[in-house]
Amino acid sequence: MSNLFDLLVAGLATGAIYALVAVGFTLLWQTSQTINFAQGEFVMLPAFLMLAAMHAGAPFWLAIILGILLSMILLGLAFKMLLVDPMMRHGVLPLAIATMALAIGLKEAVKQFFSAEASPFPSIVPTGDISILGHAVSLQSIGVLAVAIVAVFGLTALLNRTSLGHQMQAAAQNPTVARIIGVPVERMILLTFLINAFLVALASLLITPIYLAKFSSGEVLGQAAFIAAIVGGFNQVRGAIAGGLLIGVLDNLAAAYVSTQYRAAVPMIFLIVVILFRPQGLLGRAEERTV
Amino acid sequence: MKSTLLAGALLAIATATSVHAQAIKLANVAELSGGGATVGTNWKNGIDLAIEEINAKGGVLGRKLEVSHADSQSNPGVARAQVQKALDAEPYVLLGPGYSGSVKVTAPLAAEAGIAQIMGGEAAELTQAGNKFLFRTSFGQQSSMPKVAKYIHDEMKAKTVAVVWVNNDFGRGGRDVVVKELDRLGSKVVADLSTEAGQADFAADVGKIKAANPDAVFVYLNEEESARILKELKRQGVTAPLMGETTLIGQKVIELAGDAANGARGHVGLTTDAPVDLIKAFREKFSKKYNYVPDHNGLKGYLAVYMVKATTEKMGKVDPKKFAETLHGLTIKAADQPGILMDVTFSDTGDIDRQSFLVEVVEGKQVVKQVLPKVK
Repeated sequence: MSNLFDLLVAGLATGAIYALVAVGFTLLWQTSQTINFAQGEFVMLPAFLMLAAMHAGAPFWLAIILGILLSMILLGLAFKMLLVDPMMRHGVLPLAIATMALAIGLKEAVKQFFSAEASPFPSIVPTGDISILGHAVSLQSIGVLAVAIVAVFGLTALLNRTSLGHQMQAAAQNPTVARIIGVPVERMILLTFLINAFLVALASLLITPIYLAKFSSGEVLGQAAFIAAIVGGFNQVRGAIAGGLLIGVLDNLAAAYVSTQYRAAVPMIFLIVVILFRPQGLLGRAEERTV
Repeated sequence: MKSTLLAGALLAIATATSVHAQAIKLANVAELSGGGATVGTNWKNGIDLAIEEINAKGGVLGRKLEVSHADSQSNPGVARAQVQKALDAEPYVLLGPGYSGSVKVTAPLAAEAGIAQIMGGEAAELTQAGNKFLFRTSFGQQSSMPKVAKYIHDEMKAKTVAVVWVNNDFGRGGRDVVVKELDRLGSKVVADLSTEAGQADFAADVGKIKAANPDAVFVYLNEEESARILKELKRQGVTAPLMGETTLIGQKVIELAGDAANGARGHVGLTTDAPVDLIKAFREKFSKKYNYVPDHNGLKGYLAVYMVKATTEKMGKVDPKKFAETLHGLTIKAADQPGILMDVTFSDTGDIDRQSFLVEVVEGKQVVKQVLPKVK
């Protein structure tokens, strides 16, 4: 039983990070029909930007700020202007393929500049335990969960409670009408790219102390977040959150109770079941498509 | 005057070409990227350092050494292709790969070509297949695992043990020998956990270890995964003593795992912290050249080149066909060949006999607790 509790906590902590990444997926899809297959590499890169800042002599806190700012410039602004905007004219599929190429480019660039070896990365949460309901729970798990929850709630509040959020939603749901009523649609789309870059930088900060900074570390994360977004509902932020947490827990339970070899297969099987019986995702809405 | 200059230039070119032609060519295929990048990079740097030293002192039998490096990407399939390519260039000796799985698929190619292969793999089965051209640079699992099991049983006094291993040739080989030995000695394996190469998340595996509540945990994973599981063991508050092999307490693991590596123990055939003067000098030279402290793979690469030197000097000629035959049964003394660092004897199967060490990580440093002598 105590084992199950530990597994749930660890699964939720990992799942919360998946959720951050998955939310970014859905945001980009909703506002600009971008399926970003480089999302995993987007999580890998900020850690290296922070490491580079630290190598240049910056203290950890400054490196975090610089890393997040640089991520927003590179993975938000530059990504949109240099890749998404020019490719978008050619349709969703060429853009998706271009993001795959970007993923390979990012990995190889990091390998070239930092070496293929893993590097250690400091944790923002100190190690140690606290007792919850008589169970020792690691501060790191709690910290990761707390930061991810605050970020997700902050984003939900921004989207639902502020005028800016309403404008973003309007731009996502019907850009033509939004434009007519005076919503600066282009600026709103750019804002979602910046938010996505912020979320992946945050995810990078939380996951890298556990997974280590390595050029290939985005592969697992990108895949998990992609599955989470589809399972939860690709067109719903709350769906991505639920999907992330669910995949995190499922992955850990599968590793413990099924087998480590098949741990990666279990979320995939779950994905197939969801696509067969509820293609819009657990919390998603069926989208109508015109031909 | 002009003709003298021309003759001089021609002579210089001719000399340079003849020195170049006389160079002894070695081929290295190693894990320069992928999961084994730490292994391969250390191995490669060790090779380069040894070659630089040997060439600075006039080479082997008056001929310079040259090496080509190829990347196996830590993938046995790629390793096989790279080894085939390297063998096509007819090297004197093949160096690498470091991963047992890659050695397993490439050894038949080198044997078929009649080229000696000096490698870093430690899986027990590698030298048990009757290959006459394969040589180790470190202990095989059949030599090291009985020492590990004995230490867990006698010194750690563990009645119950959790065994965590990586599901590849290296991990499976070690797991099979250690579980058999623990069983023979009377320590019970209460958790037998296989993990995947490249695995990032160890929460579930550590959860299982916690549930089994063993007296000791034996961890047998590759370097990066070792660092990740050490962090997770600390995160989940597992206090049982940790025992492993070189891969649990290597320099890279200590760097990656930080505090979490403290207290971990391991049997190591080679360590740069060994209380041996020649190894200390090697460590200093390596750190000065590459700006980091090498792990045992750096030592292995370095030793591989000095094995080539010692064997060739023993033969008194550069003869790739006779190389393997000469190295079998050869004892190389560090007093005669300082680059070999410690006295070593090669068996007829290519296994080695050498002294080894029991190491504990104390405050981020490897501390040698015991020196285990050479068997023969």
